[in-house]
Amino acid sequence: MSDNSHPLFEVQNLKVAIDGNEILRGVDLTINEGEIHAIMGRNGSGKSTMAYVLMGHPHYEVLDGSVKYKGLDMLDLDTDERARLGMFLAFQYPMSIPGVTVAKFLHSALKAREESGEVAVREFRTNLNEAMNLLGVDSSFASRYVNDGFSGGEKKRLEILQMFMLEPDFCILDETDSGLDIDALKTVAEGVNAMRSEQRSMLLITHYQRVLNYVKPDVVHVMMDGKIVRTGGIELAETLEENGYEWIEQELFQNTEATGIGTAEA
Amino acid sequence: MAPETEVKNPALDINDEYKYGFSDPEKAVFKAEKGVNHDVVDQISQMKSEPEWMREFRHDALDVFESKPMPNWGNTGLLNDIDFDNIYYYLKPVEKQSTIWDEVPEDIKNTFDRLGIPEAERKFLAGVSAQYESEVVYHSMQEELEKQGVIFLDMDSGLREYEEIVKEYWATIIPPTDNKFAALNSAVWSGGSFVYIPKGVEVDIPLQAYFRINAQNMGQFERTLIIADEGSRVHYIEGCTAPTYAADSLHSAVVELVALPGSHLRYTTIQNWSKNVYNLVTKRAVAHENSTVEWVDGNLGSKLTMKFPCVYLVGEKAHGEILSIAFSNEGQHQDAGAKIYHAAPNTTSRITSKSISKGGGRASYRGMVKVYPDAIGSKVHVECDALLMDKESRSDTYPTMEIAEEQVQVEHEARVSKVGDEQLFYLMSRGLTEEEALVMVVNGFIEPFVKELPMEYAVELNRLIQLEMEGSVG
Repeated sequence: MSDNSHPLFEVQNLKVAIDGNEILRGVDLTINEGEIHAIMGRNGSGKSTMAYVLMGHPHYEVLDGSVKYKGLDMLDLDTDERARLGMFLAFQYPMSIPGVTVAKFLHSALKAREESGEVAVREFRTNLNEAMNLLGVDSSFASRYVNDGFSGGEKKRLEILQMFMLEPDFCILDETDSGLDIDALKTVAEGVNAMRSEQRSMLLITHYQRVLNYVKPDVVHVMMDGKIVRTGGIELAETLEENGYEWIEQELFQNTEATGIGTAEA
Repeated sequence: MAPETEVKNPALDINDEYKYGFSDPEKAVFKAEKGVNHDVVDQISQMKSEPEWMREFRHDALDVFESKPMPNWGNTGLLNDIDFDNIYYYLKPVEKQSTIWDEVPEDIKNTFDRLGIPEAERKFLAGVSAQYESEVVYHSMQEELEKQGVIFLDMDSGLREYEEIVKEYWATIIPPTDNKFAALNSAVWSGGSFVYIPKGVEVDIPLQAYFRINAQNMGQFERTLIIADEGSRVHYIEGCTAPTYAADSLHSAVVELVALPGSHLRYTTIQNWSKNVYNLVTKRAVAHENSTVEWVDGNLGSKLTMKFPCVYLVGEKAHGEILSIAFSNEGQHQDAGAKIYHAAPNTTSRITSKSISKGGGRASYRGMVKVYPDAIGSKVHVECDALLMDKESRSDTYPTMEIAEEQVQVEHEARVSKVGDEQLFYLMSRGLTEEEALVMVVNGFIEPFVKELPMEYAVELNRLIQLEMEGSVG
């Protein structure tokens, strides 16, 4: 992070509920152009809610706060509008679309971004083949139905393939590393690293430190109980790997005792 | 030549105050009336200059129609609304042209526009014209077929020119006693196709009734008979994806297929009647030894469709396949399904039924699979998939299986799925609008059906689904 960097993505005091339960309880997060941030946390800490809300999932209710991307207020926009502005979410559990081939799906998604609604088929095919080569994906992938009968690893590769083809400026990867064997993890990580650029930012949401051995984040956040409670560098992830999350809980508890308020940044 | 008639198009009735005013009963000119009786049947037979046996067949069928009660199953509410006395049962082709373009409902015209249907074709589809410019295409195709000895005619001509073959098979698969609507069709039938494929002849191009449009193939009570002789192969296509406007609200066809040993017969239908039409159709095939019969059946329009294509597997190793989709939108009930009868050893069958309900529409699957004793080694696979687009829409499944033989393999799968918020969210997160996402899910759902269609039909069907999906996003 340098001082003359430009914020691409800014979340302020985001509070979100689902079915009346407050899940995010005031999240602040700023991601500059070209940065990779990781959010770590235990199950139920609000990580995946964060991913869904940023992408505009209709089931969540935003109670307060703002989400700005490229200076635009995202909370007023529908999911597809956010996507066309360059946001992308790699799903933890990608949905299957029986009867729709990967090629048709990607071609349609690309066409949806064009003013003319057209993307030349030949150019598209060439790009798709290149991307599949790079990710070590079999060429039969293109004619299979989207996630239909895919293994866990294939699903995650398809998410990365989509990211490649759509070339988003801001990528959220929700537990993309979960359920992968080491080879699949490496392929996915290589894909993510190949996407790294000075303009593109990413937010990796993960349960385990393991993926951070392959994708080096600039900033690591720890989420607990709907808030970001610690922010640091890669060493924070390493500490978590060694010591778990209890020490943070203890620190937070003491902090609350001392001040009467549970502020995140001590 | 039949006596002169003054048959009026029902579409004109509304504004037509001098309806009976100008007719002079003393002139003894036949005037078609609404409703059906023995005089009307006689008149139809006479105008067509039919052989005596056909005239008698019609009269007998009318007796059956009159003696049979209305079905006490299915959507009896809608069925009982049919007013048989308020329907014209026969209009000479020339009179069929008299629908006026201005009277064609706006929504149908709009759909023609959106589908980019050529002007001449629109008029035909709307019943304004009985002619269609593809006649030229039809003629060149016809020459090619004649060289192979293939007969492809409208049913009336078929009866005139090939009476012996027609008589041999006529109503042997679907007798008038089969059901009330088959009886009605038998009494007043007109138009439809007659197809005969000689032994060992393989017809490479699909026979399309669509091109044979100068003949009256889209009547209310069409009758089709297709015979695939030993070792022959044919694909027949009927109907089209563009909406077919009919002022007459009852359509009741009978289709009989005969697949002789070793033949391969596929019958594809796409029907998209305007939404005032009752489409009550009886379709049945007999498959002899080593033959294959395939029904590919798509139903989009109509108020109520009742259609259960059927295959009797009567010869060893015969194979029957029924692949259907039904799309039911607001105010519609698609009561579709399939019937397979295994009456010989080692026969196999596969039923794949897909339905989509939207905007409060209702789709039913009604199926019958029967395996007779001694049909050993038979295999049956039934798959029913229903897709519900919203909470108001409805899907029902009524499968019946009667298996009287133990050495058989029977599989049945039924699924009802809803277009999920999660699926839409996933697609929208890739930049598709909600409507584009819905269309994609639906088109994917019917893909197993669409891929069996010739290219031009597949493209049109996908576009039509897109039109049907419009306005589904609140």
